[in-house]
Amino acid sequence: MPDSDVETQPAPAVAPPPGAPHPVIVHPVLRVDHLSLWYGTAQALHDISLDIPDKRITAFIGPSGCGKSTLLRCFNRLNDLIDSVRIEGGIEFEGASIQAPEVDTNHLRRRIGMVFQKSNPFPKSIFENVAYGPRVHGMRRRRDLDDTVERSLRSAALWDEVKDRLEDSALGLSGGQQQRLCIARALAVEPEVILLDEPCSALDPVATARIEELMVELKDRYTLIIVTHNMQQASRVSDFTAFLYLGRLVEYGETQRIFINPHMKQTEDYITGRFG
Amino acid sequence: MEPLHRHFEQEIETLRETILRLGGLVEEAIGRALIALVQRDDAVARAVVEADNAVDRLELQIDGHCMEILALHQPFARDLRFVTTAMKITTDLERIADLAVNMCERATELNREPQLKPFIDIPLMGQRAQEMVRGALNAFVRQDALAARQVIAMDDELDARMEQIFRELVSYMLERPDSITRALRLTFVAKYLERMGDQATNICEQVVYMVEGQVIKHPGVAGVRRDDDGA
Repeated sequence: MPDSDVETQPAPAVAPPPGAPHPVIVHPVLRVDHLSLWYGTAQALHDISLDIPDKRITAFIGPSGCGKSTLLRCFNRLNDLIDSVRIEGGIEFEGASIQAPEVDTNHLRRRIGMVFQKSNPFPKSIFENVAYGPRVHGMRRRRDLDDTVERSLRSAALWDEVKDRLEDSALGLSGGQQQRLCIARALAVEPEVILLDEPCSALDPVATARIEELMVELKDRYTLIIVTHNMQQASRVSDFTAFLYLGRLVEYGETQRIFINPHMKQTEDYITGRFG
Repeated sequence: MEPLHRHFEQEIETLRETILRLGGLVEEAIGRALIALVQRDDAVARAVVEADNAVDRLELQIDGHCMEILALHQPFARDLRFVTTAMKITTDLERIADLAVNMCERATELNREPQLKPFIDIPLMGQRAQEMVRGALNAFVRQDALAARQVIAMDDELDARMEQIFRELVSYMLERPDSITRALRLTFVAKYLERMGDQATNICEQVVYMVEGQVIKHPGVAGVRRDDDGA
């Protein structure tokens, strides 16, 4: 349930795009403004506008190919790595454009971290996986690194399971532990936003429950955006849900409203399993 | 839209049919309770009491089916609203059948004494209550919020008739103390019929929620959320 610092109210008459009204997010951490994206000539995102609330979990749902991962990857400019991509419209992160030429993408990706579908630990020790980022950003003293590694592993609910084998290879961890290690690695550089792209799709229900619990714990300190195919997951963990279809934002609102009383027929048909 | 989950659609359809069956039994119970009363027929009264077991069984069956759908299919949106509505209106329908049983109990008691007065308003109330229950069920099955609202509007008439019957019976009691027992029993009957209208209204409010997602009951406290402390 949103608390008082994220106020929602009926949207003003001028703001919402055609279709369902959007929630009014008073202090958005990220603002997407009329964003369109093309891969070559194929348009993947169509004129998307939405605000991401601070220290909340926002879920992007929609059938495969609807653009939810593409949109997620816009937030830390991962799409820059694809040559044919062209973007129109803008994204602001705490009031400043993330697309401006002077933006340092390494710095941006430190502040907006990412966890992928398939856990991708470095073939190094558990300790080195977490210490890597802080080292790259200039942390040298062993004590600082020790503290950061412990704090990050604790935040990722992994510390108790690995504290006696920090020098073991990360590749020896279970899938769920590897995914939490990746979250710890993202946390180590003290981001403000964490993007999660299908973080549980390769995990069993118990490991999934751990990650979901972790997400709910983390939202006190971080803004989380999760892309998921799992509707139950979106409904369980998120505060706000955006439904995308064919590259368009169909509906965006508080999660409980979207799952109990969606305004748009397409949203309803999708979440009730009538198409997908 | 071609459903992806035929099995789930079938579950929903079966649930809808079971509720209709329950509704049919309930309507029948009201009609027969009126006959037991107006035609002073003990046998019909007994039959209504006995038939109530079937109503109770269907209620349990529907409850179990709803729980099963919630647990196994985890429905969302209109499916979720349908299943939660089914659970709530089943309770209302079962209560209406209980009220019909109560009517029959009063009828049996009244049949042991001479008739106090000709039945005029009570059969009219009974017809109205029956119409409201039938209308509520139709609104549910057709997912028709407008029809549900029309049924809700009928409730005022039932309330007014109840008041009128009450006043009339009080005057009987004042004039003839030997009529008090019978007049009180008839007052109960009128109250049961009035309650049936209330239960039908509950069903219709739930139907509006199911169709539109709008909560129309308790307008004075609309918009209450889970985290409200009620202060």
